[in-house]
Amino acid sequence: MSKVRVLVGTRKGAFILESDGKRERWDVSGPFFAGWEMYHLKGSPVDPNRLYASQCSDWFGQLIQRSNDGGKTWEPVGNKFEYEGVTGTHQWYDGTPRPWEFKRVWHIEPSLTDPDDVYAGIEDAAIFRSTDGGQIWNELPGLRGHGSGPDWQPGAGGMCLHTIILHPSDANRIYTAISAAGAFRTDDGGKSWRPINRGLFSQYIPSPTAEVGHCVHHVAMHPSRPGTLYMQKHWDVMRSNDAGDSWEEVSGNLPTDFGFVIDVHAHEPETIYVVPIKSDSEHFPLDGKLTVYRSRTGGNDWEALTKGLPQANCYVNVLRDAMSVDSLDKCGIYFGTTGGQVYGSADAGDTWAPIVRDLPAVLSVEVQTLP
Amino acid sequence: MIRVVLPAHLRTLAHVDSEVELDIKGEVTLNSVLDALEAMYPMLLGTIRDQVTQQRRPFLRFFACEEDLSYQSPDAPLPDAVASGAEPFLVIGAIAGG
Repeated sequence: MSKVRVLVGTRKGAFILESDGKRERWDVSGPFFAGWEMYHLKGSPVDPNRLYASQCSDWFGQLIQRSNDGGKTWEPVGNKFEYEGVTGTHQWYDGTPRPWEFKRVWHIEPSLTDPDDVYAGIEDAAIFRSTDGGQIWNELPGLRGHGSGPDWQPGAGGMCLHTIILHPSDANRIYTAISAAGAFRTDDGGKSWRPINRGLFSQYIPSPTAEVGHCVHHVAMHPSRPGTLYMQKHWDVMRSNDAGDSWEEVSGNLPTDFGFVIDVHAHEPETIYVVPIKSDSEHFPLDGKLTVYRSRTGGNDWEALTKGLPQANCYVNVLRDAMSVDSLDKCGIYFGTTGGQVYGSADAGDTWAPIVRDLPAVLSVEVQTLP
Repeated sequence: MIRVVLPAHLRTLAHVDSEVELDIKGEVTLNSVLDALEAMYPMLLGTIRDQVTQQRRPFLRFFACEEDLSYQSPDAPLPDAVASGAEPFLVIGAIAGG
């Protein structure tokens, strides 16, 4: 029977939740790296026991941890992230120029073909790659060196590169997203990048349709349709049918279209999930009711999923990398909250139950479906 | 023998329980102590000083003999009591809640 392993990064350590395919009883292990901020953990698609984790601290900086046994044991690997060439400046919150400075790794994306090949999205925004299992990291400088770099600004969480999506069959195509610069795509393996933000409208920037400057919170793709992208922007849920060349809004009947997470059903590429958040100044669910919204039409028509989720006095947030899906049938959906709960649904969102409910604030959730 | 006391998180990371003891040939300075520490415990690379700039991480301070040594030249000699092992060299994390 298949198994599911959920990798949870929190403000104070990492946790691993494991279950058989029924997804009813869960074993919880951790905390790993207790007391450290664990921004993201992710496993290699080709070697599920090869895991990478971003471990960081305001006191002690950044570490990258690697496991070869599914998270039972870990070893620190390379943690030197040095920008290539002249770093230049981006804009600070007040519009003044500020030098690029490494702060932390937000997202780790292992290659689809080689467990030693792995990408890292960092703050201040840049993408790095290691081809030796995380020992040596080199920047793909074409992204930061895109001519628009001096105009990028940090979002409230920092100027982070938080999304890396690898095309399933074209190794030269990679999507990234940056708060608050927008989405970018390379078609030459990372040498050159171009913004893919046409159709985004952001009232909070001087030019609402600017080429860059949009606060993209997360982007998701189904591997069977790599040209279709879904985006949760600061405000607005968006969809692209042409690999990001243009976007249309699909917020439809959502009660609020602010939010952070967005993800796609494992077997239904037009079924997507978001967790609406009240507003950019009130980062909690509308009316204190934690609700996942599902669209089976790729957006616009949304249904509220509430069964098993708190429907009163719930004022948590669900951060951008804190939702993931398994590939069992029925598809499992998982998300973590800043209140320390990790909720799971073994029926594609129809019903929910907490797997754990008292962890530190959850920063990221990734799921592995194991044989 | 130089004695170094690390913050708890770094002791865990380096798999040490208490003080770290280092043999240093030549002058005992901030740089020579940190070089020897990182050579013996490479998992500490980047956790005390930035790997690119070699600057002390801003939330850490260095103390010994009831003196704040954080701002002294990294190549200046440390106190004799540290060099002789009579007193430990302390790496202290800023106290902050949460």
